Amino acid sequence: MTRDIAVVAFAQSDTLRSTEEVSEVEMLMPVLHDVLAQTGLKTADIGFTCSGSCDYLAGRAFSFTLALDGVGAWPPISESHVETDGAWALYEAWTKLLSGDADTALVYSYGKSSPGSLRDVLTRQLDPYYVAPLWPDSVALAALQAQALIDAGDTDERELAAIGARSRSTDNPRAQLKGPVPQGDYLVRPLRTGDCPPIGDGAAAVVLAAGERARALCERPAWIRGIDHRIEAHSLGVRDLTDSPSTRLAAERAGVFERPVDTAELHAPFSSQEVVLRKALRLDDSTRVNPSGGALAANPMMAAGLARIGEAAARIHRGESDRALAHATSGPCLQQNLVAVLEGDPR
Amino acid sequence: MPDVLKAPLVVEFPFTRSLGPVQSAFLTGLRERVILGVKTRDGRTLVPPVEYDPVTAEEIRDLVAVGVTGTVTTWAWNHAPRRGQPLDRPFAWVLVKLDGADTALLHALDAPGPDAVRTGMRVRVRWAEERTGAITDIACFEPYDGDDSEVAVHAGEFEDPVHGIVAQARLDYTYSPGRAQTAYINALAERRAVGERCPSCRKVYVPPRGACPTCGVATAEQVEVGPSGTVTTFCIVNIKAKNLDIEVPYVYAHIALDGADLALHGRIGGIPYDQVRMGLRVEPVWTEGGRYPDHYRPTGEPDAEYDTYKELL
Repeated sequence: MTRDIAVVAFAQSDTLRSTEEVSEVEMLMPVLHDVLAQTGLKTADIGFTCSGSCDYLAGRAFSFTLALDGVGAWPPISESHVETDGAWALYEAWTKLLSGDADTALVYSYGKSSPGSLRDVLTRQLDPYYVAPLWPDSVALAALQAQALIDAGDTDERELAAIGARSRSTDNPRAQLKGPVPQGDYLVRPLRTGDCPPIGDGAAAVVLAAGERARALCERPAWIRGIDHRIEAHSLGVRDLTDSPSTRLAAERAGVFERPVDTAELHAPFSSQEVVLRKALRLDDSTRVNPSGGALAANPMMAAGLARIGEAAARIHRGESDRALAHATSGPCLQQNLVAVLEGDPR
Repeated sequence: MPDVLKAPLVVEFPFTRSLGPVQSAFLTGLRERVILGVKTRDGRTLVPPVEYDPVTAEEIRDLVAVGVTGTVTTWAWNHAPRRGQPLDRPFAWVLVKLDGADTALLHALDAPGPDAVRTGMRVRVRWAEERTGAITDIACFEPYDGDDSEVAVHAGEFEDPVHGIVAQARLDYTYSPGRAQTAYINALAERRAVGERCPSCRKVYVPPRGACPTCGVATAEQVEVGPSGTVTTFCIVNIKAKNLDIEVPYVYAHIALDGADLALHGRIGGIPYDQVRMGLRVEPVWTEGGRYPDHYRPTGEPDAEYDTYKELL
């Protein structure tokens, strides 16, 4: 069965360094209301709901179940959850719509990094036998990748600084860091604070719809023409850190290389990772990369990848893009990658 | 907005993990100062070894020894070590391709400063004094300007092999319950119970979580409930919980406080366990200095009619 499926609405919260005055559901709820209001749908109208979040951020088991209070899960709804970025929740929702089991889907994700020490928390996703006992933090692993790129002649510290500066020159009102930011001191050399994402709390949500439902809900739906995700070996020493074959393969399967894209929203939390992704995705200067500012301007854990799909779709909704690429990542040094191609109807 | 409550929250797990044949041999080898890799069918040697070829997914078990010296393939200077990391003074993270290996191992390099580190430099293992069969049996790497180490032939078989590791995981949080639950907890300290009313369905939720789970909207209107309530359902606990100083059997119940539309749970005391029943009217009992009710006891009122609480089960 072939169905056209589109992103018909996108909403996100401000990304803030701390949101201790609100619980997760209180942070999430305005975003859910916003995205539903854009379509006029109510919870009862939604065919499938899927969310992404991570218990290790909250330090509590099954923390996502409390966030469900914001959805209105009574009478019972059809619902699922992924313990990773919401981009993968969107993938699950897309397959649900593709199968014909639902015509509309609500996808949301959120993360509060502020309660814990994010660099330490993220070590818990590493191989528990050989790597996690050494506690290498997320910045350290990205720095190893950055040095490999510099040694390979793929980039240098000046170019990395320029990526950070360009990302933060965004006019995105939701961004956490905007405007000139000092490149700063080394956090883990060769990465400086300016090469690293701000740590923030935030949430994002999209509504998906199939076929005619999409046209009824949105003036210019962002049709998902292809979407795919791939993973690489978890052992860092097995991988070529200067390349991202999983991104390239996902892009091939999603149809990225069939025609040029005018916009690319890349989930590259570190400036050096944008270098890797541009190479894997064969992007040149004809594609506008991360007009939203990307993860270097705001990187709410578990929501930043979904926000890339949402930002790309929103540009299509507004008529600022006709064919956009969206990318999400998870794991150290771009271990897992999801790529989607979104298109608006011809004008 | 009033100040929200905050408290430290430490999450700590001693994960006990079992090892398969390959990981067992590798970690036992470290204990015995031998580094083992595993050979793939196409002749590559993977260090650290894995049980399945990452390219073909073929099962691999062919263990081979590699050198204790090697070459740095990439590095990163860590000037501010964090808790749990291999060295407590500035060091370099390195990926090291050991002599005889085709893949690299992540570890720390003890070096005087970033100027003393470069990709391609030669390093050797510094063993930990006490070794237990863990990746931390390698204390770190250190710069090395000698020859390639001779690689001894080793079958990967040891006496008393390590079959498991205990992986300590401690994370520190500052937990805040948010606005709604802060108000609830603060009221409890004054021996009051407050809920929040949904602006849409008008139900009162206790404890409040800031949202109505039925309507999916924010709740804000505070409502005082209780102090008495009705047992809507209960169970009898016969197993003593660790670190809990309560004699078994005891009764754990759902209690609908007067004015609340959701039952909360609490222990029932002051009545033999086998006389607790649905509809029993109860009130909270506070202990000296307690910030929440220790348990609930019968008020002595007649039991509530089933119809008055049947929607709250």
